[in-house]
Amino acid sequence: MTTEELEKKFQERIDAEEKIEAKDWMPADYRKTLIRQISQHAHSEVVGMLPEGNWVTRAPNLKRKAILLAKIQDEAGHGLYLYSAAETLGVERTDLIDDLNSGKAKYSSIFNYPALTWADMGAVGWLVDGAAIMNQVALCRTSYGPYARAMVRICKEESFHQRQGYDILLTLSKGNDAQKRMCQDAINRWWWPSLMMFGPPDANSPHSAQSLKWKIKRVSNDELRQRFVDMTIPQCNILGMTLPDPKLVWNQDRGHHDFGEIDWVEFNNVLKGNGPCNKERLEARLNAHNEGAWVREAAMVHAEKRARKIA
Amino acid sequence: MKNWPLFEIFIRSKNGLDHRHVGSLHATDAKMAIENARDVYTRRMEGVSIWVVESKLITASDPGEAEALFEPAEDKIYRHPTFYDLPDELKHM
Repeated sequence: MTTEELEKKFQERIDAEEKIEAKDWMPADYRKTLIRQISQHAHSEVVGMLPEGNWVTRAPNLKRKAILLAKIQDEAGHGLYLYSAAETLGVERTDLIDDLNSGKAKYSSIFNYPALTWADMGAVGWLVDGAAIMNQVALCRTSYGPYARAMVRICKEESFHQRQGYDILLTLSKGNDAQKRMCQDAINRWWWPSLMMFGPPDANSPHSAQSLKWKIKRVSNDELRQRFVDMTIPQCNILGMTLPDPKLVWNQDRGHHDFGEIDWVEFNNVLKGNGPCNKERLEARLNAHNEGAWVREAAMVHAEKRARKIA
Repeated sequence: MKNWPLFEIFIRSKNGLDHRHVGSLHATDAKMAIENARDVYTRRMEGVSIWVVESKLITASDPGEAEALFEPAEDKIYRHPTFYDLPDELKHM
């Protein structure tokens, strides 16, 4: 079969909602897009541990600390599920990690913002994980089997993350004035970056059309963003807090909330590496990787030695 | 440094059920693969038993040969009990 015929057959399978599995024929660009998207997603899970790691030793009590540790451990696991899914496409884990550490690979820009107070752990769980879930639930139906399966697993665990975040804010919202202010301040700082997590508007998203056609992506950036806004507002009301957008208003005709213009200049600036924490995050990753090198080497030597003893 | 070997992980969720493939992970050897699989795949009581096998030891059928392998079953519907049209009086069979 010619490449053209293969591509046509491939698209027919996609259109029929068939899942593509690792050893199936796929267009080179489909493979490339998936490797980029899945590895970026994996990197985001891994870098996502850093803002939270900042608060493990300063959690307000032992229960919160244990919960935060469990959440961070989940994020490491999510990174692993996704790296494994990427590896089914023929890339090496070490190469993916190298691309993250060298700054060649991207991760979600949201993690380039600092977690300044304990309330940020709440806002990150509620808003950042909430936005991630919105995106990931849609990806459970992505056309590539190993990616879809990783997403199903992740979504099951992610719901705990959002609820624990909301629980933190709920507690603060019932606290004293300083705690309420802290709660509102964290929401103010994380709201807009959370909306940016869905990516550029559909009109300016160059890869979106092809990804939707291949069903790698199932729902467009703008639609997911709208769903997130609509879902979050009533949750915010229960907290008795406000979202930092004076243009936020229910639009009866559309059946959705209208919201203000997102600052895409800021988004692009953070994406380019000029966010408040880009440098710090990458350095932390690099240090962890380099300082762990001897452990990885020792473990390998130990395993080889044990294998020799058994043989 | 080169990658640690890749292992495929199978979990039995409770006794009486099959082990089921859940994913893969890198480990230096099978012992570490089981320890890591415990941490990654059974944090919420998802399992009571773990199998690990090095991915390179698995031989998989070729998707290109799927027709040759699986199509012969398609025209043998007489292998299914519903193929047989039996009288209604026959209650339990």
